Amino acid sequence: MTGKTLLDIRGVHTFYGNIQALNGVDVTVNDGEIVALIGANGAGKSTLMMTIFGAPRARSGKIVFAGTDITQLPTHEIARLRIAQSPEGRRIFPRMTVLENLQMGASLDKMKHFDEDVEKVFVLFPRLKERIDQRGGTLSGGEQQMLSIGRALMARPKLLLLDEPSLGLAPLVVKQIFDAIRELNRTQGLTVFLVEQNAFGALKLATRGYVMVNGNVTMSGTGKQLLADPDVRAAYLEGGRH
Amino acid sequence: MTTTVSTERGSVAAPVKRAFREALYAGLISFGMFVLIVGLKTDQNIRNELVLEPRWGLLAIVVALTMFGRFAYVAWLQPFMARQKLADTVTGLMPASVTSRFFRLPYFIAALVIMVALYVVSGSLDGWLGAELAGYARFLRALALIYALASVFYYYRAFIHDHFSALGITVMIVYPVFVVLTLALLTGSMAGGFQGSLKWVDNFGIQILIYVMLAWGLNIVVGLAGLLDLGYVAFYAVGAYAYALLGTHYGLSFWILLPAAGCMAAFWGIILGFPVLRLRGDYLAIVTLAFGEIIRMVLINWRVVTNGSAGISGIPKVSFFGLISFDVSAPNYISKVFDIAQSGAYYKIFLYYLILALALLTAFVTVRLRRMPVGRAWEALREDEIACRSLGINTTTTKLTAFATGAMFGGFAGSFFAARQGFVSPESFVFLESAIILAIVVLGGMGSLVGIAVAAAVMIGGTEILRELDFLKVVFGPDFTPELYRMLLFGVAMVVVMVWKPRGFVSNREPTAFLKERKAVSGSFTKEGHG
Repeated sequence: MTGKTLLDIRGVHTFYGNIQALNGVDVTVNDGEIVALIGANGAGKSTLMMTIFGAPRARSGKIVFAGTDITQLPTHEIARLRIAQSPEGRRIFPRMTVLENLQMGASLDKMKHFDEDVEKVFVLFPRLKERIDQRGGTLSGGEQQMLSIGRALMARPKLLLLDEPSLGLAPLVVKQIFDAIRELNRTQGLTVFLVEQNAFGALKLATRGYVMVNGNVTMSGTGKQLLADPDVRAAYLEGGRH
Repeated sequence: MTTTVSTERGSVAAPVKRAFREALYAGLISFGMFVLIVGLKTDQNIRNELVLEPRWGLLAIVVALTMFGRFAYVAWLQPFMARQKLADTVTGLMPASVTSRFFRLPYFIAALVIMVALYVVSGSLDGWLGAELAGYARFLRALALIYALASVFYYYRAFIHDHFSALGITVMIVYPVFVVLTLALLTGSMAGGFQGSLKWVDNFGIQILIYVMLAWGLNIVVGLAGLLDLGYVAFYAVGAYAYALLGTHYGLSFWILLPAAGCMAAFWGIILGFPVLRLRGDYLAIVTLAFGEIIRMVLINWRVVTNGSAGISGIPKVSFFGLISFDVSAPNYISKVFDIAQSGAYYKIFLYYLILALALLTAFVTVRLRRMPVGRAWEALREDEIACRSLGINTTTTKLTAFATGAMFGGFAGSFFAARQGFVSPESFVFLESAIILAIVVLGGMGSLVGIAVAAAVMIGGTEILRELDFLKVVFGPDFTPELYRMLLFGVAMVVVMVWKPRGFVSNREPTAFLKERKAVSGSFTKEGHG
């Protein structure tokens, strides 16, 4: 099922000014996998996501995507290698309509496959089709998340990065979104790397998972292994704090 | 029964009581504000000493007017508007029930009759009524004209709303013809029509269109790309000086220098763009403000080239692609070519159509660009820069193209300005110009071409009309110069628009993309989305 290494993060250190946010992180994402990164608030999960995209840049270490070293590339060139992202806080364009938001996602291909791809997104998220001419800012949180993922998919990514897709959403909507991610992975073989606080949902979805604490990856394994691990259960699944 | 009556009375009495209180406060505040500004005036007496001249009467009038205004607003207007809010608001500007009572056919006919009658006898008004009453009669005539026009707009509001752009362009195209023909009818000769049209075509038409074009150009930077630029006038100056210098020194034609001036302004747009790439909002505004001042300072101090504050004069006129000249001494001067009477009006009318074409080009390019990847990227950049980058958009080039495109149109307008004035000096490119252009963009609604055009027409036309209001001298005394109050007009307009429509006159953004089946799906669902 899983193929060769698609994204390889080796010993990445990231700083905000003098404050160290990532302390030598090693993460690997293989072709066709769903990889989840879980951890508490401030563990550095989102920082890792943003470091992959070059803002902030890793101070040391190496990030290789499909054989290309992307550590020093500017953000938009990283995106052009077909890494798409649904960023933290969704970051849709509030005054633009749903359709225009999706167009922005397709700007890499100069809209060549737009009609075809937009239909695929609408099959995945029928809600978006209903809201097609509505401004992004007037959508509900769940719809905005769908739009954010849909916009990322318009770029025909090889790797989809999702930063907290379940944040602030109702359980039913979270389930819809996780189902959609699973569907994408199963039918199209899309590789997904997601960061989540919702550890249970994320690990159930994921092929493999990483646990991050204070800028370090402390544990890794398949989703099932981590779900069964007593430390993980105590820290993230049964309401405890480490 | 009794209780209902008493509450009824209570609700009627309350606003009046409140209005008295608020009028008192307003009077106190206005007294505090105006006691020094209006109440006292410094003057020189015969021995050249500075003396204070009290103007308590005027102060009392101002305070009384403020108090009455506040009283009327709280006691009558507020409850009235609250009632009207419940009524029909579909018509937009005012509820239909109010306006249909205000615009009635008999009133319209009466206004038309008064207007026509006063225009017919306008020559002999002074003789019949004396200067003072004639002034009032002209004021009445202006009011009747405005009322009649407003009535027409009101009756055809649905049609106007649906075809606003087409109607606007048509009006702009026929405007000089209309002015010339009307004045020819009034004066009884074609020559008189042309001569009289100078003021209307030049002061109103060209002046407004220059600002429309500048505001549309700035709109690309501020309205679409969301980069707050307070130094836009710099590019206007670059364009004007490019034409002035190259035209006077090398005798190159306007039609060669127009694109050259645009390119040069675009080049300076990129020069400005580079250092401010990382800035946004307030910081960007300050740096662009400084840039505008730097350009002006260079123009003042680089005397060898720019002739300093004295400016450059004798800038060549534009010709009709070299075929027809507007220079009286030239062999192909227009009146020789067509064998008609000499008049300066031909050149002004030609310039009017030139700036109209340039402005429409700006609008056309803006409309087209918005539907293209670069225009979409501008708008996305305004919304969220980080999201843009993560979608693979190069924000550096996007910003630079926005600066360059906006600056290019500023440069076009600048070279037109130089050709029209025949003279440029740094005086014309002060910060106030940038501020006015930006104010027009903000008042009109950022990103909306129609709104900006309306705002420019109202603001610039309004300030020009102030020059025409000579009858106000009858009211306020011969020293009164209405054009000094044009900034007040800007202030009032800004307050009104910002209270009434905080996002500008036309605040809704027109989407640029639709799917084929959009009408059927979207209409019903967008309404549902509001619930």
